[in-house]
Amino acid sequence: MKTVYVDNNATTRVDQQVIDEMMPCFTEYYGNPSSMHRKGGEAGNILKLARERVAKTLNAQPDEILFTSCGTESNNSAIRAALKAQPTKKHIVTTMVEHPAVKSLCESLDKEGYRTTYLPVDGKGRLNMAAFEASLTPDTAIVSVMWANNETGTIFPIRDIARRVKEKGILFHTDAVQAVGKIPVDAQDIPFDMLSLSGHKLHAPKGVGALYVRSGFKFSPFLIGGHQEHGKRGGTENIGSIVALGKACELALDHMDEENVRVKQLRDKLEAGLLARIPKCFVNGDLANRLPNTSSISFEFIEGEAILLMMNEFGICASSGSACTSGSLEPSHVLRAMGIPFTAAHGTIRFSLCRYNTEDEVDYIIEKLPAVIKRLRDMSPFWKED
Amino acid sequence: MWDYTDKVKDHFLNPRNTGRVENANGIGEVGSLACGDALTLTLRINDNQIIEEAKFQTFGCASAIASSSALTEMVIGMPITEAAKITNEDIAEFLGGLPKEKIHCSVMGRDALERAIAYYKGEKVHVSEGNVICHCFGVTDLDIVRAVKEAKLTTIEEVTSHLKAGGGCGNCHEEIQAIIWAVNEGGGYVQKEPAPVRLTTMQKIRLIEKVIEEEVRPALQKDHGDMELIDVDGNKVIVKFKGACSSCSRSQITLKNHVEATLRDRVATELVVEEAIDENRIC
Repeated sequence: MKTVYVDNNATTRVDQQVIDEMMPCFTEYYGNPSSMHRKGGEAGNILKLARERVAKTLNAQPDEILFTSCGTESNNSAIRAALKAQPTKKHIVTTMVEHPAVKSLCESLDKEGYRTTYLPVDGKGRLNMAAFEASLTPDTAIVSVMWANNETGTIFPIRDIARRVKEKGILFHTDAVQAVGKIPVDAQDIPFDMLSLSGHKLHAPKGVGALYVRSGFKFSPFLIGGHQEHGKRGGTENIGSIVALGKACELALDHMDEENVRVKQLRDKLEAGLLARIPKCFVNGDLANRLPNTSSISFEFIEGEAILLMMNEFGICASSGSACTSGSLEPSHVLRAMGIPFTAAHGTIRFSLCRYNTEDEVDYIIEKLPAVIKRLRDMSPFWKED
Repeated sequence: MWDYTDKVKDHFLNPRNTGRVENANGIGEVGSLACGDALTLTLRINDNQIIEEAKFQTFGCASAIASSSALTEMVIGMPITEAAKITNEDIAEFLGGLPKEKIHCSVMGRDALERAIAYYKGEKVHVSEGNVICHCFGVTDLDIVRAVKEAKLTTIEEVTSHLKAGGGCGNCHEEIQAIIWAVNEGGGYVQKEPAPVRLTTMQKIRLIEKVIEEEVRPALQKDHGDMELIDVDGNKVIVKFKGACSSCSRSQITLKNHVEATLRDRVATELVVEEAIDENRIC
C-alpha cells in the first residue's frame, strides 16, 4: 500500500547520501578518536570534518560545536550549564509553548528552588513581547526560547529576543531543533549563547544532536566523564552518527532554497486544498512567520487520534495535538496556550513535509481526507450539518 | 502507536449502529467536548423491557468509538435487567481488551448505558454529589470511591485510566492516593464536612479575597486561566474569568465545581458564585 509520510517534525527518513558516509565508520573508521594510533587518527579526522560541517551550517566556529545524543540532551546541558555558571541567580525565562525537553526541565527545576517565568503567546502563537520585556530581572540566569514551534511551525522573533536579552547581559539559549535545516540560522547575525539541534529532524539518524556553545562561555559538562569534546561532554564519540549529522547539515544547507520554495508550495497547496474542501476547519499559528514545511489544522467536533488512525488506513502518516495519542488526557499545551477552543483543539492534525514529498502525495491527501473527516463527523454527537 | 486488538480496529473502522434511534425511550449522554470524548446512546426499549434498538454517536478516539459500537451490539436484544449488569470490563472484554490508558472509554460506555436505562425508567439520572477532587475533569470523591471499590483499583494510574481523574495538572494525586488508601486499607472513606463558620461581612469579604488569591487563582493559573473578584453582595460572589478561562467551555463547570466549592469549603457554605456578565464573551 502507498505510504505518504508527512510527519517530518516528528522524525525524518535518513538521506541515502548520509547513510553512504556513515557506513564506513562501522567497518573502516572504527577507531576511538582518543587513541594514539592510525585508527584513532582516522576517526579523529572524520570527527573534525563533521564538526566543521555543522559549524558551517550555523555560520559558527568548529570549536563552538559540541556533539550530544539528542536535542533533549542539548537542551538539558545548556540550561543546566547556564545555572551552574551563575550560582546566585535563580530565575529562568522560557515560554508556555516549549517542547517538553525544555518545559518539563524547567518545571523540574522549579521544584529544585528555581523560579521560571513561562511567557504567554497570543491566539496565533506569537510571543507576548511585553511579557518578555517585563520578565527580565537581575536575578535571571537564562532565557530559553524556541526558534520555531514543533506543532504549529510558528517562528519567534529570535533576533530581537536574543539582542534584547544580551543587552541586559543575560545568557540566551534557543531550542532550534525544528529550525536548523529548514530556515537560515546564523551565529554571526544572532547573538545566542547556546543553540540546540537534533540530527533526526534533518535526515540524519536518531541518537545524535549538537549544542552550539559560544566561545568564551564557561560551560560545565552535563555528562561527566572523559575529556571528549574538549572536556564539555564525557563519553566516547558516536562517530557514525556524528558523521551522519555533519553530512545531513551540509545537505540541509544545499537544500535550503528548495525547502523554502518547493516544499513551501506543497504545504500551501495542501492547506488550501483541505480548507477549500472541508468545512469548519482552520489553520493554527502565525501564518506570516511559519516554518515552510509545517501546517497545523484543527478540524472541529472530532478527535485527532480517530482522524490519524483513519488516515493511516489510507497510508497517510501525520500527527495530532490531541490528548489521546500522547497517553496524556489533555490536548496539546501549545494549542491550549494559544487559547484554541476545545471544540477544535482535540481535532488538530499536524502535517509536516520535507524535500521527499511530491505533488502527487499532496493531491492524494487532498483527495482522501475530506471523506475521513466527514465520516467521523457523521458519528459525532456535536456535529450539526447546516 | 496504540496496541489495539483486531476487534477494536474492526469496530472503529466499521462501527455498528451509528446515529440516533428514532423515538428513543432511553437516552444516555456522557462526556463533553472539553474532556475529549463524549457519547450519546439512544435506545428503544419495548413493552417487554427488551432493548430492541440501540444507536450511538461518539466524539472521541478510536477506542471510544469502538467501545460505543461494541456496547450497542452487546445490548441489542437484551432485557434491561441484564443490560444494567454490564460493566466496563465486559465492554473491554468484548473487544478483546483495551490498552490501560483507554479503559475510561469503556467506563464511558457503561455510564451512558446506566443513564439511558435510568431515563427509560423515569428515574432521576444519577448525579454525584461528592466533593470535586480532580478539577481538570470534574471527578468527585464519590466517583473515585465507587470506581476503586467496583474495579478494585489500587494505584493513581488505574484511577486515571478509569475516570481520567488525575490525568490533567496532577494536583489532586495526593487526594486520590488518600481515597484509595481509605477505601482499601483505611476501613472506608469518610467525606470531609466543611466546618461551619460565622463571620462579619468585612471578615467574610477579606476571607473570600484571601482564598481567591491564595487558592483559586493559582489553580486556574496552572491551566493558563485566571479570574478576578468583582463584588460581594450578601452571599453572592461575583467574579470575572480571564486568560484561558474566559474562552474555556468548561468555565461554568470550573465556576461551580472549583471556585464555588473552594469558597464554600473555606468561607461559608451558603455562598453562591456568579460570573459577571460580559457582552464580549464568546461562548
